[in-house]
Formats: sequence, structure tokens, C-alpha cells
Amino acid sequence: MKQAIGDFLVITKRQLLQMIRIPEVLIFATIQPAMFVLLFRYVFGGAINSGVSGGYVQLLMPGIFVQTVAFTLAATAVGLTADMQKGLIDRFRSLPIARSAVVIGRTVGDTLQNIVTLVVMGLVGFAVGWRPSSGPVKILLAFLFLLAFGYSMSWIGILIGLSVREERVAQSLVFLTVFPLTFLSNAFAPTTGMPKILQYFAEWNPVSTMVAACRELFGTKNIFGATANSWPSQHPVAMSLIYMVLLVVVFAPISVRKYVKVSAK
Amino acid sequence: MKSIVAHGLVKTYRNGEVRALDGLDLDVEEGTVLGLLGPNGSGKTTTVRVLATLLTPDEGSATVGGVDVVKHPDQVRNMIGLSGQYAALDETLTGWDNLTMFGRLYHLSASATKARATELLEKFSLTDAARRPIKTYSGGMRRRLDLAASLIIKPKVLFLDEPTTGLDPRGRQEMWQVIDELVKGGVTLLLTTQYLEEADQLADSIAVIDAGKVIARGTSDELKNQVGGERLEITVDASHLPRAVELVKQVAGADPIVDTGLRRISAPVNNGSDSLVQVLRLLDEAKIHPLDIGLKRPSLDDVFISLTGHVAEIEAEVVTGKKKRK
Repeated sequence: MKQAIGDFLVITKRQLLQMIRIPEVLIFATIQPAMFVLLFRYVFGGAINSGVSGGYVQLLMPGIFVQTVAFTLAATAVGLTADMQKGLIDRFRSLPIARSAVVIGRTVGDTLQNIVTLVVMGLVGFAVGWRPSSGPVKILLAFLFLLAFGYSMSWIGILIGLSVREERVAQSLVFLTVFPLTFLSNAFAPTTGMPKILQYFAEWNPVSTMVAACRELFGTKNIFGATANSWPSQHPVAMSLIYMVLLVVVFAPISVRKYVKVSAK
Repeated sequence: MKSIVAHGLVKTYRNGEVRALDGLDLDVEEGTVLGLLGPNGSGKTTTVRVLATLLTPDEGSATVGGVDVVKHPDQVRNMIGLSGQYAALDETLTGWDNLTMFGRLYHLSASATKARATELLEKFSLTDAARRPIKTYSGGMRRRLDLAASLIIKPKVLFLDEPTTGLDPRGRQEMWQVIDELVKGGVTLLLTTQYLEEADQLADSIAVIDAGKVIARGTSDELKNQVGGERLEITVDASHLPRAVELVKQVAGADPIVDTGLRRISAPVNNGSDSLVQVLRLLDEAKIHPLDIGLKRPSLDDVFISLTGHVAEIEAEVVTGKKKRK
């Protein structure tokens, strides 16, 4: 067990080293969400009637945070596919290391990269008027929540990464999975404007419960539509936790098994 | 003591349609080098993957260092090194990063890892490049670092899957030197190659593999004796090729092998110098001036052709020509 932890730490360290060796990747991974903050804040912000004090940016920031951490799984999937193509996964599999070490190391490494991204985005948000009002403890809790969500989503990335043979395919699959999830949600606009049937989907969507949970933790009022009285809308924090646990419980074992069986050809 | 033993390995894909391994038997004496020689798709890589615990065979059994690869893969992994067809490294990291990462994954202590990485970089002439990312390395450097990574724990058994495929002649030469030294250090090596020259150069013993089976086994000399006799080789202008083939056939009695790309005709002959004179005379009468003509002892290319009835896929690649055997 101690050895297994050592193994996954080595893999995690590799991820962090990559970040140091090619800082451009992290820089661009951070610029993109920062750009989103500015675009949504100034392009849509004027058009969307937020109905909350402090303006649209208060609603927007939690949404963009969640979208960004959800997209962590892109890095996870693409990186893993690349490792497979290069034969690196085969080499890892020929080493006397714990079966889960490579995939766990990867999910943890990608999550750590998120810390940097979230800090930068938070600062950009603050610069354009985002003012969380819940106090330091709850704010910190919200960020931990975001990291945990990114972590659990990256297990889907592991499965995608191990299932395809081409980086570009991994990329497309990720977009197919994550884009609908993040846009069919309350992340950028209140769901009240959607057709009723979509409102149900949007508000049960894990991205929405996460966004709602973060808004709650940052001290912003949530707006619900058709599902205002439903359990996830009433208890977004608990519901998000359930989703996270579900994601890990379902995808982690499948991914580890897939890793053990996978072969480069 | 046998370091590697495989019995009746079978591995099929697509519900048995493709038989990558079809009852493969193999054994390698401790401290020796076995060259597993065969064209693309003959099952070389699959064999290595089974022996290196990456793939479970459908049938058959195999042991490495006396340990069953299917039942105790972790024990096997603790004593093998594997270097595959492509440099399996993290390209964004430096050579040093890669070696220390693999050292730690083999559970060497931090200080032992550093010492070993330093030693290996030195040995493979990569010390100067140690702090550069792998993506700045040449093909030959990548392969050397890849090999170094597989040697971190001083493995008892080493698998090298086509270690020089894709390298330029110089890179290949350097790689051969490195492997040669390694073998002197006493490691048991299973080397796959499609370069007949390479097996001849590096291996104590050669197993020829085709369609997932070992079809011949022996030293390079033994295999050559199986083919027997000398060969007459003639290179002529492309325009004279068909006519020259006919003439050679008259003398040799058998159908010559023709490589149209190299414009080379090759045929087995019984009484070497007599045949040579005869062919020269016939060519002269036909007003064909050979660009090159000579007698050759059988090469492993010939062995392969006579064993399988077809030319090894890579045959036409000019690996052989330039380099004379030691």
C-alpha cells in the first residue's frame, strides 16, 4: 500500500514536471478561461438580466469555474491517449508498480494543475467585479469543491483516453461529452428561459448542481425554474457530493480495469 | 539454465481470425542473446509482449527467470527490462527526469536512482543532453535513452523490440555498439529484428519466425549451412535485366532471385568459379556488361527466402550492402 502511494506520487510528480518544462500549456490553459470570463462578462453580461445584486458577474463566475474544472478531463483524456500512442503506457505496465498508480497519478496531477487555473480565474473575476460575500471559509470550501468535481470528472477522461487511439478523437469525444453538459445548465444563463422539458434536464445536470452549490458557497442567490422545489435545487451541495462520489465509484474501477487490459495495438 | 522458456504460445485476435502467435516455442539460455528474426506481422512483438507480461496468451505457457509470466507477472516485472519499437518516453521531460522517474517506479531509493541515472547517462553518452527535453533529441539519442530506461534496475532479462528500426546507419551503428557492450555484461537478451544483418551481428542464436511460429533455429552459421552453397550475384543495367536473368538461369539451373530495385540477380551455384566464368562469357556474348559481379556465401536473406519461400519484407532496404560482417 505504501509502495502504491509512492508509485502514484511519482506519476503525479511527472505531471507537475511537465507543467514546469512546458509552462506554455498551463499559460494557455489559463488564458482561455480568463478570456471566457471577460467575454461573457462584457458581451453577454449586458444582455442577460441576472436578477442578483452585484450583477451578472456574480452568477457567471461560479459557472465558469465549474465549466473549467469539468474540462479538466480533456487534458486527462488527451494526455493519456498520447501516452498510449507513444508506448509509454506499455512501459508503465511492464514495471512492478501498482495497477492503479498510473491512472490515479494522472487524475491527481491534472487536479493540481487546476489550482493554478482557478487562482488566476478568481483574480480575473475579482478584477471585473466578482465579489463573493460568504467569508473566507466558505469561499475556500467552494474552491475545494471545484477541485473535487474536476477530480471526479477526470475519471471520465481516463476512460475516454484509454478507449480511443488518436489524440484528436479523444479531443472530439471530450467536447461531445462536456459541451452539452456545461451549456445545458444554469452556468451561463438562468434555466428559466429554457423550454420546460430542458429545465428539468438542466437542473438535474451535475454541472448545474455544482454551479448552484458554488453560488451558495460564494453567497450568491440561486435562481431556479421548473425544478425550484426539487431536492437537487434545494440541496445543491449534497446533490453535487453525491454526483462526485457516483462518478468516482462508477468510473474509477472501470478505468483501472481498462488500464490493466489495454494494449497499444 | 534457461532464462526464457515459452511453450506453445497462441494468441489470436478478432475471434480467432488472426493468429498472431500460432504455437510458438522458444528458449533462451541464461546470458546469451537470441535474435528473433522475422518480417512485419510475423509475431515478434506479440511474443515480446507476452513475455514482458503485457499480454496474456490464449494458450501455452512461458517463464522468464523461472517465473511464470501469467501467474506471477509482478515478480517477472521486477527482473526484466523492456525497450519497445518506439522510444517510450515522456517527450516533454528531460532525459534526467525520465530516468529518475523510472528509477523511482522500480522502487529504487532517491539516492540510488540518482546514482544509476548518472551512471547510465554517462554510459550512453547522454550526459550533455541530460537536462534537455527528449523532444530535442535525435532518433538515435532517444533510442539510447529508452534503452537506458530499461536498464535502470540492471535487469536479468532484457527485451529489445526492433531496437534500430527507423534509425539512420550511424544511429544503428551506435546502438549496436551499446547492445554489444551490454551483452558482455552478462544480461540475457531477446532481440527482435527484421534486419537479417542485425541478428547476424548481435545474436548468439537465431530463431526465424513466420506467421506466429518459429520455423528455424540455430546459429547464424548453422542457418546458412541449411541453405548451403555459394551464390552468384550480378548487378546489370535495368534494360539488360530480363536477358541477364535468362543467362544466369542457364548456368545455375535454378530460378534466380531478382531484385528489380537494386537490379540484382542472385542464384545458387554448385561450382562457384566455373559458373562465374561461364556467366561472364555468356554476358559478354550478349554484349551485357555487368556493373558488379561476384560470388557470395549465403546471407541470412537467403536463409529467410529458402525457409519461408518469400522475401523478408524489409529485404530491399539497404541495411546490408554497405556494412561488411566482422
